[in-house]
Amino acid sequence: MHKYILRRAAFGVLTVFGVSIIIFVVMRLLPGDLLAVMYGEGATKLTEADRAKIMQELHLSDPLYQQYFRWMRDLATGKLGASFFRGDNVADLILRRGPLSAEIGLLAVVISWMVGLPIGMISALKPNSVLDNSARVMSILFLAIPGFWLGMLIVLALLFWFNYKAPLTVVHIWEDPWANFQLVIGPAAVLGLGQAAYIARMARSSLLEVIREDYVRTARAKGLLERFVIVRHALPNALLPVITLSGILMGFVLGGSVAIEQAFGVPGLGRAMITAVIERDIIIVQNLVFLYALIFVIVNILVDLSYAWFDPRIHYQ
Amino acid sequence: MKTHSDTVAEDALRPMTPEVRGVGRLFRSVRLFARRNPLSAFWGCVAVLILSMALFAPIIAPADPLKANFRRMAKPPDMESYFGTDQIGRDNLSRVIYGSRVSLIVAIAAVLLGTTTGSLWGLASGYIGGTFDVVSQRIIEFLQSFPDLILAMAISMALGTGQGTVIIAIAITRIPFGGRIVRAVALSLKEMAYVEAARAIGASSFRIMALHILPQCVAPYLILATTHLGVAIIIEAALGFLGVGIPPPTPTWGNMLAGSLTSLIPHWWLVFFPGLAITVTVLAFNLFGDGIRDTLDPRLRGTR
Repeated sequence: MHKYILRRAAFGVLTVFGVSIIIFVVMRLLPGDLLAVMYGEGATKLTEADRAKIMQELHLSDPLYQQYFRWMRDLATGKLGASFFRGDNVADLILRRGPLSAEIGLLAVVISWMVGLPIGMISALKPNSVLDNSARVMSILFLAIPGFWLGMLIVLALLFWFNYKAPLTVVHIWEDPWANFQLVIGPAAVLGLGQAAYIARMARSSLLEVIREDYVRTARAKGLLERFVIVRHALPNALLPVITLSGILMGFVLGGSVAIEQAFGVPGLGRAMITAVIERDIIIVQNLVFLYALIFVIVNILVDLSYAWFDPRIHYQ
Repeated sequence: MKTHSDTVAEDALRPMTPEVRGVGRLFRSVRLFARRNPLSAFWGCVAVLILSMALFAPIIAPADPLKANFRRMAKPPDMESYFGTDQIGRDNLSRVIYGSRVSLIVAIAAVLLGTTTGSLWGLASGYIGGTFDVVSQRIIEFLQSFPDLILAMAISMALGTGQGTVIIAIAITRIPFGGRIVRAVALSLKEMAYVEAARAIGASSFRIMALHILPQCVAPYLILATTHLGVAIIIEAALGFLGVGIPPPTPTWGNMLAGSLTSLIPHWWLVFFPGLAITVTVLAFNLFGDGIRDTLDPRLRGTR
C-alpha cells in the first residue's frame, strides 16, 4: 500500500508540473501589449524608457524560463504576487474568498451523495418503478440544463414570490453561520442535485451488477436479512465505480461553481476569477487556474487511493 | 402470434445495410433508425428544426435582433413580441433565434476541430507507440487535469475575445476525449492480422494508418462528436454568460443571460427563454446522439 501511495503521489507531482507549464504557456501567448492592458489609454503616452522600466519591475522582460522559475519559487514559498490593478495580494484573495467556494464544493458533494445514493439504491432494488423512471428522466434533464441558468431561475423565483435575497457580502461560517448558510446553500444545492442524478444512475447500474454475483446469493442463502445483504455485502463493492465517478464529477463542481457563483452573486473564488479574466489580470488568473487544477489533481489522487483501500486487489498489481 | 417486442427484436437483428442503393437506402436506414429508437428519432427531428432555425434565422425572426425600440423597452411577452423585449427594446424572440446561429456554429466547429485533432493524435499515438505514445498520453493527462470551463476561460482570455477564439478554447478541452478513445481502438487494431499483412507486404506506417486503421475509427469518432456537441453548447453559453465568450451586440444565448443581469431585478422573460433554448438544444443533441451511439456500437447500449 505504501508503495502504491508513493507511486501515485509521484505521478501527481508530475501532473502538477505539466499543468503549471500548460498554464504558463497559455498565459504568455496573450497577444497584444501587456502594458496597454494594465494602463489602458495611458499606455500610449509612456516613453520607451518608462515601458522598459515597468516591464523590468514586473519581471516581464526576463527570459521566459526565468519567469517560469520565479513563479514556481513564489508558489513554493506561498508569495503569490499581487494583482496588476489593485495591488491585491493573491494569497490574501484566496484566503478571503476561498473558504466560501470550498464550502460550496464540499456541501455539493455531500448533497450529491445523500440524495443520489439512496435514490440509486432504491432504483436498483425496484427497477422500472416510478422512482427509477423519474430518476432516469432527471439524469437526462440535468445533463441538459445549464446549472447557472437554473441558479438564475431560483434567485428570480425567490425574489418574485418571497421577496427574498441572499446576502451579497463575504460572510464566513465562523462570523455568522446563518448568513453564511444562506449564501452557500443555493449554489451547493444546484451543483449537488445536478451530480446526484449521475451518482444515482451509476449507483443503480453498479448495484444491479453486484447483486447478481454469487457471494450475494450466498449471503441470502445463509438467511441474512435483506437489509444486511444489501448494505454490508453488496454496497461496498457497488460503491467503487460511484467513487470514481464522484472524482470525475469534481471537474464539473470546480468549473461549474464559477458560473454558478456568478448566477447567485456569491462573492467566492469563482467570482474573483471571472473579474480577473475580464480585466486580463494574468497574475491572478494564472494562480487561480493553477489552484483549481491542483485541487482537481489532488481529488483524483484521493479517489485512486480510496479505491485501493476499498479494493485491495488494485495495489497488488 | 407475434408480439410487439418480437418485431422489435427482429428489427434489431436485421442488418443495417439492405441491398437498396442511393436515396432509397438512406431512406430505409432513417426509417429503421426511427423504428429502433423512436425517442431519439423524435429528438433528432427537433435538432434538425433547431438547425434550420439557425440557418433561416433572417426569414423566421419577426424583427431585427439588433434594432432597439425605445418605445417598447423591457416589455413582458405579449402579442406584439412573443418573448418580450429587452432593456433597450430589442425583440427577445428574434434574439433567441439569432442566438442559435452562434451557439451552433461555435459548438459544431469546436467539436469537429477538437475531436478530429484528438482522434488523429490518438490514432498516431496508439499506432506509433513508444516514446511518442508515452509523451502524448502525459500531455493529454495534463490537459484533462483542468476543469473544462476553467481551461476554456483561460484560453479564451489569452487569445482575446471573438468567435474563433471561443471555438479554439472549447476545441482544446475536447482533445483528450478523442485522444484517449481512438488510441484504444488503434492499439487493438494494430495487432489484427490484416494490419500485420499490410505491414508484411511493405506498406508504410502512414499508409496503414490512413487506409487500414482510420476507417475503423469512424464509428467511435462519430459517437464522440455527437455526445460532445451538448457539452460544447453548454460551455459556449457559460463563457458568454461569464463575459469571456462572443461579446455583445451579437446575440448569443450566453451573453443574453449575462445581459439580463444588468437590471437590478432581472426580467424573467430575459432569463427564461435563452436558457430554455439552451436546454432544449442540448437535450435534442444528447438524445439524438444516444440513438446514434446505440446504432453504431450496440455494445455500448445502456451504458448511460
